[in-house]
Amino acid sequence: MEKFLLKNIENPASASLEVYLKVGGYESLNKALQMEPADIIAEVKAAGLRGRGGAGFPTGMKWDFASRDVKFPKYLICNADEGEPGTFKDRPILEKNPHLLIEGMVISAHALKSEMGYIYLRGEYPYAKIVLEKAIEEAYATGYLGDNIAGKGVGFHLSVHQGAGAYICGEETALIDSIEGRRGQPRIKPPFPVNVGAWGMPTIVNNVETLANIPLIVSIGAEKYAAIGNPECPGPKLFSVSCCVERPGVYELPMGTTLREIIYDHAGGVRGGRELKAVIPGGISTPVLTPDGIDCPMDFVNLPKRGSMLGSGAVMVFDDTVCLVKVCWRAMRFFEHESCGKCTPCREGTGWMRDILERIEGGFGREGDIELLQDIALSITGKTFCPLGDGAAGVVLGFIKNFSDEFMYHITNKKCMVNKDSQSAG
Amino acid sequence: MDIFEEIRALTEKYPDRRGALLPALYIAQEDAGWLSQEALERVSSALNLPQATVKGVATFYSMYKHRPMGRHLIQLCTNVACMIMGAESLVDFLKGKYGLEPGGTTGDGRFSLVIMECIGACDRAPAMLVDTDFHSDLTEGNIVEILEEYE
Repeated sequence: MEKFLLKNIENPASASLEVYLKVGGYESLNKALQMEPADIIAEVKAAGLRGRGGAGFPTGMKWDFASRDVKFPKYLICNADEGEPGTFKDRPILEKNPHLLIEGMVISAHALKSEMGYIYLRGEYPYAKIVLEKAIEEAYATGYLGDNIAGKGVGFHLSVHQGAGAYICGEETALIDSIEGRRGQPRIKPPFPVNVGAWGMPTIVNNVETLANIPLIVSIGAEKYAAIGNPECPGPKLFSVSCCVERPGVYELPMGTTLREIIYDHAGGVRGGRELKAVIPGGISTPVLTPDGIDCPMDFVNLPKRGSMLGSGAVMVFDDTVCLVKVCWRAMRFFEHESCGKCTPCREGTGWMRDILERIEGGFGREGDIELLQDIALSITGKTFCPLGDGAAGVVLGFIKNFSDEFMYHITNKKCMVNKDSQSAG
Repeated sequence: MDIFEEIRALTEKYPDRRGALLPALYIAQEDAGWLSQEALERVSSALNLPQATVKGVATFYSMYKHRPMGRHLIQLCTNVACMIMGAESLVDFLKGKYGLEPGGTTGDGRFSLVIMECIGACDRAPAMLVDTDFHSDLTEGNIVEILEEYE
């Protein structure tokens, strides 16, 4: 497939405006500025683009809701708080193709009649901050940002807001809190940010990859775009593939490419020709799959049918040297650390589950621990403001459902199924 | 320029001065590498926000530091991908080689070590940030070479 999101990134100067213009950069913006805002929204709706941050909400519908709100100003926020473990798909756009993101944001701002935008960038990406700020400066100097963009009377201002190491700020209402200078703690919805967001005004929060798809939709039109990949949730998708594969990295492929194709055709297969044991398809918060699930198309429609989710499209591949109890424990340590503390079930439950997993992993597991973990997980599900708690619960439930033998082995034999000498992860 | 003025200038980017709080805390942390009580008070007065508000926010985010750090900050990821690719043995190695514990600082004040959650470099794991420099595909062999560059 021809690359669009990762186009030209092999060029060492791909981040510069000069190089971006040479490969047709900002042509979609020029086209969009001739269009009526409502027509751009209609086009994005017809294209069937679904948000690439994890939830997969239809972007055109979100925009439609925001555009119906009559309050101004409206804020457009790019969610670049890529914190889901296993995910590094937005990084090449931020570091190597920043003008694609800016172009996508300016088109979106024109469609949404927003005059002020922020890129909420995670604190762990200091290099991306340098690249983005330089690109923004170039865009201002050339008139692609400012009060009168490309001489068409459209105004949009953009700046980078750097996060400071809180995973929860990837959740849109916590992100808004963080931009407002608060502790990032999710708000109950409704009201939705499209009506009551940053500083109480309508706010559209879209993921980096979502916004980077906008110039393509404007350029080729909704019909052609909808023909890419799975027609139910079309478009190009970035997959970040990591852990036990020969060629880990970010791959741009049509939505609906199967896990098997991603792992074996693109990422070179399981490292050293070893046996595939398990795959997490969409970042650490998505339930783990067994090897018989790898013919599943990677998209928002088919993964839920297999009991998992597309999430951020972060494929984590585990071979037979990996102890899955340990992976589950490490994931839970992450959730415990990142729980914002607002909802009791998540704040307490993640710590309890980490504690139990730690003793199972360490050979001190007790009879009944698996049931106890399930009980705690089910006591979190659906009882929190945001999906962090659900994610943590789903991870434990997924591992227990698919790999209960391994957990039982740990508890009964007080040791790991995987031979310690050949074991990855210590 | 004094940080007071620098922070005041930031407020222009936001409709409300409190929006500038996160970047202001970064500015206040830049010189000393951590946020002292004086630094927090400076932020509080520059943004005209209660000290409790400033401290409440500053302690929520893990990248703000509340005690002195070494001259160089090692932020090593040990999340799942980095763990599988050997990050835990690197933690043990740093302990042996530099006497550096997670959350600790070397006796000579050269390095501090902070264990990170995912830093988005899973394809080149294990990975770390030293100050703002990114280093990946770490091994016990190359981590020493890399760290020797930081005095």
